[in-house]
Amino acid sequence: MPEQRINISDTRNIKGKKVDKKFVLLNLLKYLRPFIPLLCLVLFFNVVSTVLSLVGPKLCGLAIDEIKPGGGTDFDKILLYALILIGVYILSALLEYLSSIGMAYISRGTVKKMRSDLFAHLEKLPVGFFDVRQAGDIISVLSYDIDTVGESLANDVIIVLKSVVLIIGSLVMMLTIAPLLVLVFAVTVPLSVIMTRFIVRRVQPLFRARSAKLGQLNGYVEEITTGQKTTRAYGCEEKMIADFEVKNRDAIDAYSKAEYYGTISGPSVGLVNNISLTLVSVFGALMFMNGSISPGQISSFILYSRKFSGPINEIANIMGEFQSAIAAAERVFRVLEEPPEPSDPIDARELKDVRGNVKIEDLTFGYDKKKTIIHDLSLSVEQGQVVAIVGHTGAGKTTIINLLMRFYDPDGGKIYIDGQDTRTLTRASVRRAFTMVLQDTWLFAGTVFENIAYGDPDVDREDVERVCKAAKIHSFITRLPNGYDTVLNENAVNISKGQKQLLTIARAMLLDSPMLILDEATSNVDTRTEQIIQDAMKELMKGKTCFVIAHRLSTIRNADKILVMRDGDVVEQGTHESLMRLGGYYSKLYYSQFESE
Amino acid sequence: MKKTLRYLRPYGGTVVAGLILKFIGAVAELFLPLLLEYIINDVATNAALSHDNKINMIIFLGIAMLGCSFAALFGNVFANRLTVKSSGNMTHDLRYDLFKKTCYLSSRQVDEFGVPSLISRLTSDSYYVNQMVARTLRLGVRAPILILGGTILAFWRDPVLACVLLGCVPLVGVAIFVITKKSVPIYFGVQKRQDDMVRKVQENVTGVRVIKALDKGEYETERFDALVKDLAAEEFKANKIMSLSHPVATLILNLGLVAIIAAGAALGSKSGTVLAFLQYFVIILNAMIALSKIFVVISRGSASAARIEKVLDTDVSETTESSQKRNTGYKIQFENVSFSYNGVKDNLHDIDFGIYAGQTLGIIGATGSGKSTIINLMMRFYDPDGGAVYVDDVNVKSYRVKELRKKFGVAFQNDFLMADTLKENIDYGRDLDDEMINKAIISARASEFIDALPDKLEHRLAQKANNLSGGQKQRILIARALAAHPEILILDDSSSALDYETDAALRRSLKKDYDDITKVIVAQRISAIKNADLILVMDDGEIIGRGKHDELMASCEEYAMIYATQMGGDNA
Repeated sequence: MPEQRINISDTRNIKGKKVDKKFVLLNLLKYLRPFIPLLCLVLFFNVVSTVLSLVGPKLCGLAIDEIKPGGGTDFDKILLYALILIGVYILSALLEYLSSIGMAYISRGTVKKMRSDLFAHLEKLPVGFFDVRQAGDIISVLSYDIDTVGESLANDVIIVLKSVVLIIGSLVMMLTIAPLLVLVFAVTVPLSVIMTRFIVRRVQPLFRARSAKLGQLNGYVEEITTGQKTTRAYGCEEKMIADFEVKNRDAIDAYSKAEYYGTISGPSVGLVNNISLTLVSVFGALMFMNGSISPGQISSFILYSRKFSGPINEIANIMGEFQSAIAAAERVFRVLEEPPEPSDPIDARELKDVRGNVKIEDLTFGYDKKKTIIHDLSLSVEQGQVVAIVGHTGAGKTTIINLLMRFYDPDGGKIYIDGQDTRTLTRASVRRAFTMVLQDTWLFAGTVFENIAYGDPDVDREDVERVCKAAKIHSFITRLPNGYDTVLNENAVNISKGQKQLLTIARAMLLDSPMLILDEATSNVDTRTEQIIQDAMKELMKGKTCFVIAHRLSTIRNADKILVMRDGDVVEQGTHESLMRLGGYYSKLYYSQFESE
Repeated sequence: MKKTLRYLRPYGGTVVAGLILKFIGAVAELFLPLLLEYIINDVATNAALSHDNKINMIIFLGIAMLGCSFAALFGNVFANRLTVKSSGNMTHDLRYDLFKKTCYLSSRQVDEFGVPSLISRLTSDSYYVNQMVARTLRLGVRAPILILGGTILAFWRDPVLACVLLGCVPLVGVAIFVITKKSVPIYFGVQKRQDDMVRKVQENVTGVRVIKALDKGEYETERFDALVKDLAAEEFKANKIMSLSHPVATLILNLGLVAIIAAGAALGSKSGTVLAFLQYFVIILNAMIALSKIFVVISRGSASAARIEKVLDTDVSETTESSQKRNTGYKIQFENVSFSYNGVKDNLHDIDFGIYAGQTLGIIGATGSGKSTIINLMMRFYDPDGGAVYVDDVNVKSYRVKELRKKFGVAFQNDFLMADTLKENIDYGRDLDDEMINKAIISARASEFIDALPDKLEHRLAQKANNLSGGQKQRILIARALAAHPEILILDDSSSALDYETDAALRRSLKKDYDDITKVIVAQRISAIKNADLILVMDDGEIIGRGKHDELMASCEEYAMIYATQMGGDNA
């Protein structure tokens, strides 16, 4: 297993901190292309709805001006205005709704396509990709990051467009009502922009510090709570509490600092809006005295001014969300950019009618190209022979399997199956020639039947029952609530580790490949189950070429070949007798392992 | 909830000062439309005033409006600061007490809560309580004041128009309520499908080798596509409903405006009054929306508070019973001990054994056979249901827990290491001197890899010690158990990841450097316990074989079978 670990979000830091916006946007555009006609329609609806909502205040103003308290109010006119207003508002609301579900449709479609593409790509990536990444990391790209992109698409695009229309529209409207009064905004808009920017710049690092400190605190809590028993065993509760106190204080200090500044922004924006209102009222009243504006116009103007200042702040907020959406999209596209397993050469043949002769010639390999761990390995295995791979935990026993299965390609040398160079064969056919039973039993959420029949969709119930009987798991399965149709998942069925292992052995038996890769390690299984598993494995191995990561002395002694691994490399090979005679590493290992001191 | 809120009491002064400032700020904001109305209705359009008078008054009122704007700013900013301060400090205190209590919970109490649940109480629940307090102090006061003040002012200006205004408010409330209610079950559906999708990805990441070996990539992709399609459809369903809320709320608001204008016209209201009403209307509705958000925060926060209080209310005082010191000479003795974790089925049944100081006790058996439970009772993490456990001839129930545990050095199965330096992990807050630590490191066979590290003992471990291999972790744990040179050493399956060579060397150095220590070794491997003075073979909570290795080979079939499988199957 390679040692190095890669964090998906780290790639950004390695390649320089800056997010490559162009790269991300170009890729995003590719996903949006099929939706372009709909997108245009949605945007059009959105603009119309926003414009309609801008007409409202103007009409309100006209209506108010018709109100003449002294009498002489033209009710017909006001009724007309009211009806028009109602129509305008209803239409505007309708269009707004249509445009937002239209956008939701587009964003869901994009998200769906992105997820499908990403998953399909993951299926094509080499095993090495998964070996160096945390499962959680990959999952978070597929779920969280893509969601972030989708949300941003669904909401932010519309809000930005709407804001722009609102800003321009209300500005135009205000200009038509009272150009002089608009000068008020020459003061307040820059004031609000400067203030928001100042606050955001001050606050962002503080909020980052706040989440970092909270993260540290939570990490500590998780750690110590998990180990609570140990803490109690050593009686060092007070130390833990004291350590916690430091982190707790830090977290609260960071919280207070961030919030001190963070909570300024709301009232500050309020202040600027109120100043606008004051200035508009005062100058409006003065202009009224000149006779250059009516009360209704002042009212319209104030309503527009609210529509005008709101979006400016909104756009500032959205920019932050855009940033995180772009960073998320970048992680998605980075994974999509990962080179897949190289495709088979055009003239690659299918490996058919396998007998099971394996020959390895001068193989060299390293997970890190700069660090070769397997040097010039040669090995020849006849049909039906058993090869035992022995060595300490971490000595690199799985490396041999990775190479045989072509999960990794060797840096030098060749592997032949039945005399054919595996590189000239299709990967799928080489892999199908082997069956693996690994220590980490892999079952998925599905019925028992589906899990066993996983390798071959054409088998029927009878076949499955036959192998389950051979693997001695049949009677257990029949005792499950729904027998072979019982759905396996984390919570529903109580199934032990040993039983899981038997299920995977049954799956392997069903495949009946000519060659077998086995990991004998059966830790944490009680003796009786262990015995059953061992019997099942013996049954499975009959007449097959077997590569066994061996833990049992009987397997090792009876093996036709033993590969002794140390620090990643094969250091000795031979039969038990020849290796013992050699008196090298194997014999030392053998004595320490199976004889007592 | 009550108990949680009591944590605010020490900061009562700050809270009250904050609320007063908040009140001032809100009232100042309410004055703005009032002044606006006055300017237009009573000054600008007042024929009785002279031109100069009007200008003076307008400017004066403008300054008053500015004053109100600034009063609102300062009131709000300082009030926010005070609320941040009080909610922050309150959260700090609450979290501190909660953590302290968690540290002192007994194992049985930990079992009852569950570790993940305790963690989430400390992390997310305390966060939600903080959110609740902070938000409620900040907005929960402001919004009602604005609603109430706005309504009062509206009635004062014009009761009839105010009724129109009041009519719209519940409509918006009902609309938001209905939409939210409809969307909740859909969101559950979305959540479930999201989980399905995540599970599929998880399966594929962990099973990548199997999937590739069987060439099932395309099949998996198809299955995933179906899940994603389903998820997208469900999410779209949720979108369709949630997208209603904004257009509907604004539509009602706008129709309300039209209604006010129409009513104003019908009633012959002054245009300035109508104008001011429009302002009140906007203020009240915004406050309503803010309030509806706070309700969500409060309902979540109070649920969290209840969960936290449940832990805080747990009694962790320990009970000690006085008892006679006995005279058997055993270091550790179990006398007919029975025990059950859940009170239904015995996890240990009639366990009876004793070992002398300096001896080694080996315990072997399958997973779930009760090996670790014996350790739990020995260190009094649990009390037995029947029989008694003695350490140094004194019933463990008669010790102060701290004193009892001081006798032990223990490495549990899958024990934990902190994200801290190696030294801190071995010392573990006990202020041991370097000599003892070094001796323990050497005996635990950890010195070789520690010396190879650039920063030696100052090397920092990652979270969950992910930067150490399984064997390295176990060696550090064993060093920790040895470091204080305890009277009793307990290794609960803690050498399983060591290779046999290291395991054997460890046993040799234990014998050499720590010969006086009484050792209890729980293992799956026979080689780890083969030389013990007493070996217990456990099966389903009972001792089914006891004695030295050679005796057991002859007397205990199970033991011989384990030996056979481990040491060479049919050929050995």
